[in-house]
Amino acid sequence: MLGFIARRLLYLVPVLIAVSLLTFLIASLLPGDLAYVILGDQATPDKVAALRHDMGLDQPIWLRYIGWLGHVLEGDFGRSFRTGQTVLQAVSERLPVSLELMFLAEIMGLAIGVPLAIACAVRAGSAFDRLMTGSAFAMLSVPAFLSAILLIYLFAVELHWLPATGYVPFDEDAIANLRFFVLPALTLALAEWPGIMRVLRSDMIATLQEDYIALAKAKGLTSSRILFVHALKPSSLTLITITGINIGRLIGGAVIVETIFALPGIGRLLVSAISTRDLIILQGVVLVVAGGFVLMNFIVDMLYAVLDPRIRHGHA
Amino acid sequence: MATLELTINEDVLAGPVARKRQLGPLFWAAIVWMILVFAVAALANVLPLPNPTDMDMLERRAPASALHWLGTDGLGRDELARLIFGARISLVVGLCAPVIGITIGGALGMLAGYFRGRFEHFVVGSMDVLLAFPPLILALAVTAYLGQSILNLTCILGVLGIPAFMRVARAATLTLARREFVIAAQALGATHARILLRELLPNVFLPLLAFFLLGVAVTIVVEGALSFLGLGVPPPISSWGSMIGEGRESLEIAPRLAFLPAITMFLTVLSFNLVGDTLRALTDPRQGAL
Repeated sequence: MLGFIARRLLYLVPVLIAVSLLTFLIASLLPGDLAYVILGDQATPDKVAALRHDMGLDQPIWLRYIGWLGHVLEGDFGRSFRTGQTVLQAVSERLPVSLELMFLAEIMGLAIGVPLAIACAVRAGSAFDRLMTGSAFAMLSVPAFLSAILLIYLFAVELHWLPATGYVPFDEDAIANLRFFVLPALTLALAEWPGIMRVLRSDMIATLQEDYIALAKAKGLTSSRILFVHALKPSSLTLITITGINIGRLIGGAVIVETIFALPGIGRLLVSAISTRDLIILQGVVLVVAGGFVLMNFIVDMLYAVLDPRIRHGHA
Repeated sequence: MATLELTINEDVLAGPVARKRQLGPLFWAAIVWMILVFAVAALANVLPLPNPTDMDMLERRAPASALHWLGTDGLGRDELARLIFGARISLVVGLCAPVIGITIGGALGMLAGYFRGRFEHFVVGSMDVLLAFPPLILALAVTAYLGQSILNLTCILGVLGIPAFMRVARAATLTLARREFVIAAQALGATHARILLRELLPNVFLPLLAFFLLGVAVTIVVEGALSFLGLGVPPPISSWGSMIGEGRESLEIAPRLAFLPAITMFLTVLSFNLVGDTLRALTDPRQGAL
């Protein structure tokens, strides 16, 4: 097990280096000189040259990359030239919002997907099963910004049940905070449940034919206990995998949903950095998000290996 | 990486499985809708439509009329014309970007699956790096630097599709490369190029094509999302995503301005998904796996 973790960790190093290199190259090679952006209207050739020298922009690109990477490894991701805030401050302020959103969304997605999957697996082939499988397939074609519009229209504009946009910190007013999160999280959950349901359903259909399920029935266990405890347990691996695969889409979805619902999360930070051309923040956020994504995938791989010994012994 | 992992069961290549799949009415409905959208988008210049960018401030958010079949939007522009010209953007980006993906990704995947070894490691490793970026984030960052244009959008979305196509092509090649007809060709002294192009490509092409249609659906969605955020095609060009974004502002007064492009987009994406998924099931190289 330790050897397996070490191997995967070792593999992580080149991936992370390549990710940082790509992030840096996107920011450096593409048109638009940072010095011009910062100086704006006041850009004269002299001032630009002076600022470029101050910021080290006149050095060769590989030197700048190594310098930047060195700072990043020391925890210094740079500082926004617009707000003066460091990237780390900006990210740590907004990360909890995005994490809460993604957590609630995944919980809601599981809450919709798992019971539906079980209900469909029990009556596989029935009208209900076909209806839900069909709806799940149709839902896969509904992008997050579409369902967001629909939910806002339904619950905020027509019914006035929930606020359309806004945010209150959790420690200020927990109820209000959750009310603001219901629609955004539901939007993301609507994109999550079809995947969860489809995979879990086929998993469950196979599991329900196993001998130990028949044994559990013969022992006279209640069917809810059989379904939710005995039959669901072997599918935990599948659920973890789906959750892992979902993370990438959740992060992308969070960008859109945070913008639509005006939640001050990482996604909003990114979009506003783009519109104000705040390149340092943009570069920092992309690096943090991509790095976090790689680490999350690593953790999912590890969980997977813990649950299924065949993987760490290389028989996958 | 836990993303998009394709598990390849290498021992399932038993005899051909008799599998008669009925193409249901839904499949044909999807085809008809796709043809309709294609035809209307292709003929947009010929059709007797009002100009999609002509504003009429006196006719803002006008209901449907003989002149404006679907009414007008918040700036008095004809909604139907904007929908149809928007279809052009969605289809051009949606089709061209996966072409980039299928060409580069397909070639890399076939080479990796055929030659194996260090080259395969290198390709798979670089794809892992590309996959390390949540796709929408990378698309946002790159369009922010490159500037918003249809070409840039198509290129970046195309590059983002490469890893997925590479995986499909590699998976198909890995199983096919051990089949008798490839071994026979090798024994006859065929060159690598000949085996790749004449023996493997025709067989890898079908699963890739099915995946291509799914790629079109995903690309239309991502283009829509970027345009919705105002970071896709620059205004005043209409795109379904930007129309939904603009319609969101008047959700309380005229919800149809958001819902019309939304429904159009949903039906189109659903059609591509439906046809792609059906073809994928029909052409799955893992024949026993269904």
